Amino acid sequence: MSLVAYFDAASSEPLHPQAREALLAAIDVGWADPARLYGQARRAHLLLEQARTEVAEALGARSDEVSFTSSGTQAVHLGVLGTLHGRRRVGRHLVTSAVEHSSVLHAGGVHERDGGTVETVGVDLTGRVDLDGFAAAVARPGTALACLQTANHEVGTLQPVAEAAAACRAHGVPLLVDAAQTAGRMPIPPGWSVLTASAHKWGGPAGVGVLVVRKGTRFRSFLPEDERERRRVPGFENVPGIVAAAAALRAMAAEAAQEQARLSELVGRIRDMVPKTVPDVEVIGDPAERAPHIVTFSCLYVDGEALLTELDKAGFAVSSGSSCTASTLRPSHVLEAMGVLTHGNVRVSLPRGTSAAEVDRFLAVLPELVRRIRQDAGVA
Amino acid sequence: MTEVTQPALTIDALGKKCPIPIIMLAEQINFVPLNAVVAVLADDPAAYTDVPAWCRLKSHRHVGSYELPEGGWAIHVRRNY
Repeated sequence: MSLVAYFDAASSEPLHPQAREALLAAIDVGWADPARLYGQARRAHLLLEQARTEVAEALGARSDEVSFTSSGTQAVHLGVLGTLHGRRRVGRHLVTSAVEHSSVLHAGGVHERDGGTVETVGVDLTGRVDLDGFAAAVARPGTALACLQTANHEVGTLQPVAEAAAACRAHGVPLLVDAAQTAGRMPIPPGWSVLTASAHKWGGPAGVGVLVVRKGTRFRSFLPEDERERRRVPGFENVPGIVAAAAALRAMAAEAAQEQARLSELVGRIRDMVPKTVPDVEVIGDPAERAPHIVTFSCLYVDGEALLTELDKAGFAVSSGSSCTASTLRPSHVLEAMGVLTHGNVRVSLPRGTSAAEVDRFLAVLPELVRRIRQDAGVA
Repeated sequence: MTEVTQPALTIDALGKKCPIPIIMLAEQINFVPLNAVVAVLADDPAAYTDVPAWCRLKSHRHVGSYELPEGGWAIHVRRNY
């Protein structure tokens, strides 16, 4: 067992050993321009297309629907703005949930500044989008696109994607599904028109995102013309990174049924034990309909930054949605939209291979750390 | 529109970051009689979410949050027990 327990898989999953192996091999043979016609180029092209086929298969898509981007955020930006651009004659209305990743909300901001409209549908106390509100919003004439995540990145709650997709289909509206938190861990729910994901969240390297556009979905990049990636993504492909990403996804998906069930049990143990051992704590998110690896809780009267610092000293890498720990002065928009405590917030997200002993050690040290921080703040 | 109940106690937490406004509220809510209202003045955006969330967890009642002309809010809480 390593000295530091890394519990921040929702930010980045450690590189899968098979991805590392694939990356090292592909750096040596996959460096040439896959668009050229000589031997090294054909080799790079072959590696790229093989990776595309593997990723398509794992995500339930056709390989000609899959494009590689430089990040999950770029995939979302291109996916949102490209679909809106492709459907601008239909209308300029965008529908999202209030708890989408900031990349979706910021793409919506660009769309608004460009004269489009954005409707943000609220969530309940568990973070699940109001499905009736979502369906009503996409029914509005002129809706060009709707966006919904598979699972929330801060609290783990699963979104009703299949139901939202049915509502979208009934009104001929494409649905962009952000699968960043679940790709490689859970099957992709059906019904999407555009799908985005990020390789470093499934154990691939950073610098590779995936943008999948279903055949028949109107799409036009809003960026200057470029021949790469079916004109959807500009710039030279990161072939070694993409090869490694595909290897990680294949490996992760192959072990997902067993490993994610095991992680989900450990998350269940945290959800169960924290309220029993720490007074005045709120475990956040849906207890059952959730991603297997994420659990979030907020401790009343506790400064989130102080708690993260203490956990770091005790050998635990976790993250927080509290404002005092973030780069902004505002608390997490997800916690705000849910109406739950934003201070004293801790997100634990378990990477593959997390041991029960690490989780138990976390559960053993947490109550005393919280008690001490409260005592220092003068809370009895 | 219903009239806003005059607070029996006003806690000035302006300029204080969460969780301090919540700690002050928890310390002082028992200084007012049952069913009386405490007003928390706060300008940390976290307080806007956290005071109502605290009320839900502690079974007190969040009456309403009113914007202050100088920025921030007066967040009214009714003592339930």
